[in-house]
Amino acid sequence: MLILEPRATTPRWLTVLTPVMAVIATMIAGGILFAILGKNPVEAIRIIFLDPLLDPYSRTEILVKAAPLILIAIGLSLGFRAGVWNIGAEGQFILGALAGGATGLAFYPVEGIWLLPLMTVAGALGGFLWAMIPAILKIRFGANEILVSLMLVYVAILLLSALVSGPLRDPDGFNFPESRQFHNAASLPILIEGSRVHAGVLVALGAVIAAYVILQRHMLGFRIKLTGQAPRAARFAGVSQNVIIAICLGISGALAGMAGLFEASGPVGQLVPALPAGYGFTAIIVAFLGRLHPVGILLAGLVMALTYIGGETAQLMLRIPSAAISVFQGMLLFFLLAVDVLTGFRLRWVGRTSA
Amino acid sequence: MRFLTTLLGAAALALGTTAFADGHEPTKVGFIYVGPVGDFGWSYEHDQGRLAIEEAFGDKVETTYLESVPEGPDAERAIRQLAASGHDLIFTTSFGYMNPTLKVAEQFPDVKFEHATGFKRADNVSTYSGRFYEGRTVLGHIAGHMTETNTIGYIASFPIPEVVRGINSAYLAAKEVNPDVEFKIVWVSTWFDPAKEADAANALIEQGADVIMQHTDSPAAMTIAEEKGIYAFGQASDMKQFGPNARLSSIIDNWGPYYIARTQAVMDGTWESMDTWDGIAPGMTEIGEFSDKIPAEVRASAQAIADAIAAGEMHSFTGPVNKQDGSVWLAEGETADDGTLLGMNFYVEGIEGELPN
Repeated sequence: MLILEPRATTPRWLTVLTPVMAVIATMIAGGILFAILGKNPVEAIRIIFLDPLLDPYSRTEILVKAAPLILIAIGLSLGFRAGVWNIGAEGQFILGALAGGATGLAFYPVEGIWLLPLMTVAGALGGFLWAMIPAILKIRFGANEILVSLMLVYVAILLLSALVSGPLRDPDGFNFPESRQFHNAASLPILIEGSRVHAGVLVALGAVIAAYVILQRHMLGFRIKLTGQAPRAARFAGVSQNVIIAICLGISGALAGMAGLFEASGPVGQLVPALPAGYGFTAIIVAFLGRLHPVGILLAGLVMALTYIGGETAQLMLRIPSAAISVFQGMLLFFLLAVDVLTGFRLRWVGRTSA
Repeated sequence: MRFLTTLLGAAALALGTTAFADGHEPTKVGFIYVGPVGDFGWSYEHDQGRLAIEEAFGDKVETTYLESVPEGPDAERAIRQLAASGHDLIFTTSFGYMNPTLKVAEQFPDVKFEHATGFKRADNVSTYSGRFYEGRTVLGHIAGHMTETNTIGYIASFPIPEVVRGINSAYLAAKEVNPDVEFKIVWVSTWFDPAKEADAANALIEQGADVIMQHTDSPAAMTIAEEKGIYAFGQASDMKQFGPNARLSSIIDNWGPYYIARTQAVMDGTWESMDTWDGIAPGMTEIGEFSDKIPAEVRASAQAIADAIAAGEMHSFTGPVNKQDGSVWLAEGETADDGTLLGMNFYVEGIEGELPN
């Protein structure tokens, strides 16, 4: 019979290979799903994974969609490595958009190149402070950061909805719950003419590099990893658990906040109740799909964005229901967790043993 | 291995795609829906409109849609994708698509856009909506008669003018026939969330409501009403199959005729940017069949109201009407102008509770 046997060490090639296996397994299972729906599975998979790469505009949209995912996932990965579980990036994303967006609206219609940097700082600060709530509650009272950060997402959604129907509402907008559109100085510059690729994409890339340096070359990265892998050893080595909690939640909150601001002042161009499109939650998948490694996250974010853009195309061309596309994306996480078993355990065939 | 052969077989099939042989390019019409086509409410009725186009024009048109497109950052790409893939006419069917529609329209001046329920237009962007508040006057009239607890529950989505207008017109009509009537309003902050809508319905019933009205898109409240043996109204679509006993009547959004007319205009080259706000008279707002549960004389008076509104002899908002704070809004005999209705952000006198702001 087949048994699972714990591995003493995990070969490096396996760590790299398992996400690829998960993607392939998703393609196969997804293909079966599409076939059951009466669609051509090969065509569906081709449209989802290949077509967006061949179309220049779709390529730019992959960057637009991937940027916030990568930016948030980078922050989350630091915490996940240290065993600090920030599940509320979506809330920090919203608070960042609110704090930064409100700053931009406050200076309407003042022009000046100082405004966007100011908004970015305000956005990062908004996300940072929102993440400090679960951090302080955990440090001070031992409250579970998973629950607190998650619950704060719903508070943030309602706060956004309240502010855009109240103080931040567009005065010329017939009372519809949305802010006015950001003026020129408060809007992110576009990097590629005719597309929506904005300066936030560069910041996301910068975050990848910074995280790589921190994790590989910096003492902080070592402490984060140590806290996650051997908390007791970390304590003996003089690493303060509380400082790590505050730093991890703080960094991930600030990055999520910046992502929120970039989304508001970039592709959306105003504050609307529908701004949170689930990036904060999808980024959790991206972080794990990327093995919590900065370069892995960069690739995972691009793949995830690809499935979104391709999923829309598949809906359009093949009339695949949007729910089936969501199932398809869910499969990706499912298979990732499933193949993860292979990195920790080895499959071994043993002879029948007597019961 | 067998799986592989199945895949290869499917690939072979894909090569034999269909093509139009007569050399006549069909007009391509695209739709963006905020909910799934199977919501049996708002998006479902827009999709019925799409099917009406297909029925009317046969193979002279080709229609496509994207469903469950969130009103956030993804909307612009979805709309652009329709425009870039050769569509001649694109209907974006939710308020939140307004600015994305305008942005895409600017980049595709040759494509015609139609945005539902918005207020911004451009040379190639029209707006259209239904005067659903007219229908709510009829439903409010029925509700006022049918409630025994004098409590009508109202499931509301977002405090935008369209929804506030509906609450006010329903309340005025109910109050007219039942001075003791009280409205309990629950804001669910969503257009489509069957679980939330069901929770709201249950909460309203616990507060004594025996008739439920809704301005959300799923039939969840209708099924709860059927279970609890109280009354409800279909919203956006008839919803009769979800509450054969509970359903008293309904407001049906009938987009078909408008969609057919606009498609025809694109084919003829006569399409122009305009604003359409049609009510009961042209049939964009349709009142569903009255249930037998409604006494005959109420059915007759409700029909009379619908006919009077259609004939232009009656307006849903006719003075004297005060605002909630007691200040005068409409003097005796005065009717509301469209400008105020389009920006309505206040309750009329008698409705309790505060408008979320």
